Order: sequence, then structure tokens, then C-alpha cells
Amino acid sequence: MRDVAIVGFAQRQLKDYDGSPTCAELLVPILADCYEQTGWTRRDIGFWCSGSSDYLAGRSFSFVSAIDAIGVLPPVNESHVEMDAAWALYEAWLKIQTGEVDTALVFGFGKSSAGVLRRTLALQLDPYTMTPLWPDTVSLAALQARAGIDAGVWDEKAMAEVVDRSMTDAESNANAIRKGGSSVADLLAKPMFADPLRKHDCAPVTDGAAAIVLAADDKARDVRDRPAWITGLSHNIDSIYLGMRDLTVSPSASRAMEAAGGADGVEIAELHAPFSHQELVLQEALGLSSDTRISPSGGALSGNPMFAGGAIRIGEAAQRIWDGSADKVLGHATSGPALQQNLVCVMEAK
Amino acid sequence: MAKQRAAVVGVGQTHHRAKREDVSIAGLCREAMDRALADANMTLDEVDAIVVGKAPDLFEGVMMPELYLAEALGAVGKPLLRVHTAGSVGGSTAIVASSLVQAGVHRKVLTVAFEKQSESNAMWALSVPVPFVMPVHAGAGGYFAPHVRSYIRRAGAPNHIGAIVAAKDRNNALKNPYAHLHNEGTTVESVLASQMLWDPIHYDETCPSSDGACAMVIADEDIAKAAKSPAWIHGTVMRSEPTTAAERDQVNPQASREAAAALWKQVGITRPFDEIDMAEIYVPFAWFEPMWLESLGFAEEGSGWKLTEAGETAMTGRLPVNCSGGVLSSNPIGASGMLRFAEAALQVRGMAGEHQVDGVRRALGHAYGGGSQFFSMWVVGDQPPN
Repeated sequence: MRDVAIVGFAQRQLKDYDGSPTCAELLVPILADCYEQTGWTRRDIGFWCSGSSDYLAGRSFSFVSAIDAIGVLPPVNESHVEMDAAWALYEAWLKIQTGEVDTALVFGFGKSSAGVLRRTLALQLDPYTMTPLWPDTVSLAALQARAGIDAGVWDEKAMAEVVDRSMTDAESNANAIRKGGSSVADLLAKPMFADPLRKHDCAPVTDGAAAIVLAADDKARDVRDRPAWITGLSHNIDSIYLGMRDLTVSPSASRAMEAAGGADGVEIAELHAPFSHQELVLQEALGLSSDTRISPSGGALSGNPMFAGGAIRIGEAAQRIWDGSADKVLGHATSGPALQQNLVCVMEAK
Repeated sequence: MAKQRAAVVGVGQTHHRAKREDVSIAGLCREAMDRALADANMTLDEVDAIVVGKAPDLFEGVMMPELYLAEALGAVGKPLLRVHTAGSVGGSTAIVASSLVQAGVHRKVLTVAFEKQSESNAMWALSVPVPFVMPVHAGAGGYFAPHVRSYIRRAGAPNHIGAIVAAKDRNNALKNPYAHLHNEGTTVESVLASQMLWDPIHYDETCPSSDGACAMVIADEDIAKAAKSPAWIHGTVMRSEPTTAAERDQVNPQASREAAAALWKQVGITRPFDEIDMAEIYVPFAWFEPMWLESLGFAEEGSGWKLTEAGETAMTGRLPVNCSGGVLSSNPIGASGMLRFAEAALQVRGMAGEHQVDGVRRALGHAYGGGSQFFSMWVVGDQPPN
């Protein structure tokens, strides 16, 4: 395997983006930021890969307009996944591993506020047996939270502790759209939203975009003193059918982590947990020790643009290598209802 | 680390029809997958990873359907990727699956591409109005007709070339039991006599709207060497450019020309017309055969139609094109590109049945999408690459 590192990262998170659902205007400054960080131009990028969803934009081929943000000619070596950009990063990493290219720029975008997000996501379910009932994502997550409480795996207090820590951490994250710690008692006094979830247990509906730059070997060393070298990258999926899964665990997250070499020595983990209790599921599934600092950015509860949110977790973790605050970190991304699909990216300073 | 060798060791496809009401979306995919696995003499359990491709989710009305399909596709407990690059997606999906093996990450990858267009209305799905973007409201034919008119003017081509392509591909489809259209007795005259839809495109010069799927098993060198007649992957390429810009040549896009040039260079081909034995080219409207022949470097600019007119692209010609009947005879959009890639693989494996061309050593699989802006291609051969 070639040594590949994350050497660039830019993001925007917004409560209500005043622009088109295809987000091309949002991407232009983000790509410019990546060029500035690396000192490259678009011609230095060997491969492009994006992640987005047509259903979020309410149209077919939403990613086509995003290409406009790259520029017109010459044509680019480019691909797209209908997934979070974390999986676009996986495809780009593969492309670099084939030896065909040395550099890649990955981006994801989503205007979650363009529709009613939790209803739109109900269209991800089995079209014959589930979608006709319109079970929205918040309700499905609430079922998962309830399953854990009933099984004695976690309680509302543990969920509130996740929220309080995340909101406190988010205070120092300029990109967070929800922030501000209070206390577990205050949080538990708030009204229910989808019992047992309170509003603060659910990631805010967030618009936004993000981009990550990958480079191999000396190309990475040229850009940064401490590139975030990818030493483990893997993903895995469970069944979508909630009745066939034990919702208190995440076998796909465990398998991905195992394939990526395990979580031993991970100092900081940025987890993509759009609901507070999912952080508790992931902590267990990934085998994170109690010493591992979780989501110092404030995590997905402080901002979660669909199809960029997972990539943002990876970018946030990579920055902790760049700035020297850790030597081994983990970025995680999830997709599908109740943590159905999971990706882990282990990065080290070397 | 050098790129690992990879080869197609299993190919499967569905019978393509306007409406496959006998199967669900999952059933459609499994029909193709199970045939590919049987061909590869492999079980689903043995597969390391699954790569799914399809065109817009609005075509079936399910957001990211691979999530609900994960179980039916045998992906639970494995890595599952979902690719979407417009009409080129079937080809891009095969390329992503190849790269999983070429990167040395996996040894056995199953890839499947599908479209069940009868679940929705493709014309509607392609015509949702988008702010600040020029509305099409006419489906793909209305979009591409001006490109065809421009080609005819630039190349000075006679008006019946499209009909030659359509008659050839529809007759080739009679030799392919999986093809959607089996229109016997199609002639140049009957094509020209069919209704004019988008001048100069007649009804019989257009692709159908199909339900269908295609699957392939791609494996590493050790497995391929032990397999019956593998199709070795010699080169792959993808290129993209934006839809709308004044400096674009939409008849012969720069992304297409550069993709072809990069592919030939990768494979070590300098005279594509002489060195490629057959090609499966994405031709959804008949005139795109001569247009792509030029763009791909099989013919000089302005002379692609002469190859078609001289019968060089027929089964008996020097460069048979779309022996399967092509997109003109079966068009499950998300799978159409993979069908081109898979049919090229079948030809070098000598397993194309009645539409087999004798002695194919190297074949091209080609797909394009969007407003002639996304391209994916591969060359497969009967021998391992150098």
C-alpha cells in the first residue's frame, strides 16, 4: 500500500443556506481554500470525487452542477458517489492506491433545509414495506434510543452527558451552528421531542459542504510538516431492517474498525453520531478506550450537513494531527437509518 | 506499489423488458448477480465487497436504494459502495470495482448496475425544473437532436446514416436473447419511414426505456488465472466536464477525446481502428455511432459516417460495433454502461453466443452520460496486460 495522507480540509456549516440546492456557489470558496492550503491549482489534482444526494436537492443529477465549481476545461478525472463524501474519500484513496494518480480532492455537499429532512430520509427505506408508513429518521432514532434504555445499556442521563460535553466543546468551533453547554440537569428538564429524544439529542438540520485533499508520499510531505497519514480505512454495512437488528450495537462499525486495524492508541476520535445515544453505541462498537477524547469539535450534534457531515468528522480529526495535538486519531462516518452503514479512517503522524 | 492485475471472471445480465413486473428491484439485481456468480463458479458468500451503480434515484423513487437492498445483494457484513455518474455510471461502477482489486484491497468483487425504469417515469425524472438552469423538458432526445444536426452539417454526412446504424443494431439484437427489442425486419427504409420525433431523429433511431440489470465478478490475478477464459482489464479511464459553457464542443467533447487518448496510451494502442477488434459503444441515438467513432479516434474527424456507411461497423466489418444490439436495443439507463463493458468482456472471452465475433483479442467498452460530459471506458483483452 502507498502512504496516503490528508493534507487539506475546508468546510462550511450553515443553519439555512440562501442558495441553490446544488451548492455550486458554496463549493467555489471551499475549493479555493483547498488550493490555498496546498499551494496547488486545479491542474495539480489527479482525481476528483464527490458525494451528494439527488433526493436532498429534489432533482436528478444534482452533482452535475457541482462540477461547475471545478471550472470548465480542461476536463477532469472525476467520479461521484450517492453517499457521504467520506465514501468519496474512500474511492479517491483507492484511485491513489492503484498508482494512477498521486493527489485527489474529495468534496461533499447538501442543502438539508431544502425539504423536511426527516421526511425526505424516510424515502431511504424499503419502498414496499417501510416507506409507505413514512417512519421519519428522528422517530427511528428514538426507537433505537428507547431500545438501549430498555435494555439497560444507557440512560437519559448518559445521553445528556454526551450533549453537554458536545455543546461545551462546540463553543470553540467557529463552524458549529449549535453550541453552548449548560448542565445535565438543565438538559433533562427540557421537553421531549420524540420520546426519549429531546431536541438537543438530535443533530440540527444543517446545510453545508466540505472538501478534503489527499496526497501520496512526497506530495503530502511537500504540503505539510505533519500530514495525517491514513493507516486504516474501511467501511461496512448492516441490514436496513430494524426488526432484524439489535439496535443497541453496531456490527458494521465493529467490523470496519477491525478491518482498519483496531482502535488501540487512538487519542482523539471524531464520531459521526447524529443522535446522542449513537455516540454511546459507537464508543462500544469501535472499542474506544475511556482515555480517547471524543469529538472535540462538538461533533455532529453541533452541525451535520448531510453528505458532508461524515467527511467533516474525518477532516476535523486530521487537523488534530496537523496541529500536533495527537499522534493517532480516528474519523468516523455513518449513513442510513440507525447507524446502518459505517466508515472509519485511522490517521497517524508517523 | 504497482497496480495489481484484475480480470472479469463472471458476467450476468437480465432479460431486458419495458416492464419487468415479475421481479422486485432486488429480484432484478439478483437475476443478473446470480448469473454472474454462476459464470464465475463462485458463491455470494465468497465475495469480498459489492459495488452498486445506477442513474438518478428519481427513476425508481427510492433514495439511495442500495441501503434497503444491502441484504438482498448479500452486502451485509461487507463493504458496499454506490456510484452515480449519470449515464456513464454503469462503466464508472465497473471501474470502481476494478480499482478495489487493482489497489490490492480485495480479491473478489461483485459489481451490479440496474435501472427499473417502469417504477417511475424517466422523462419526468429528467425534467424537474431547476432554478438558474436551462430547462430541457424534452427528455434526452430533445437535448441531443441539435448535436446530431450539428454533426451532420459539420461532417457533410448523408441523412440516412443514422438509419443504417439503427437497422444494424436492431438486427444484431435478434442474435442476443437478453435484448429488450427483437424487431424483426428492421431495414434502413423502415427506420426512415418511422415517425420523426426530434428532427433529424426518427422513432426507430432512439433507444427504448428498459428494466434491466448487469453484473460482473472482478477478481485478482491468481483467481483469474484459474478461471475459464477471463477478460483481463488492460486499461480504464474516466473524464468529466461541465454541462454548459461557451467554449465546449458538445458534438465532439474534449473530455471524450482526452479520455480516449489517455486510454489508448495506457493500453499501448496507436492505431485504434486496427488494434481494437470490436467495440461496445454507448449509442442511445443512432447518430452517436459515427460521432463517437470520430471522437474515440477510430476515424478522422468528419469521416466516422463513412465507416458506418461502408459496413465496417457491422458484424462482418473490420470494427464490429454493438454486436449485442447496443443501447438502441436495451436501455436500463444505470445498467447500460455496464452492459457495454460486460459485452466487451464476453467478446474477448469468446462467450457472446450468437453475436460473438471471431477471434476478438481486445475490445472496447464505452459509456457516456449527462449532456455528453461524463465518460468512462475500458479495454479488455484475452491475455494479461503487459
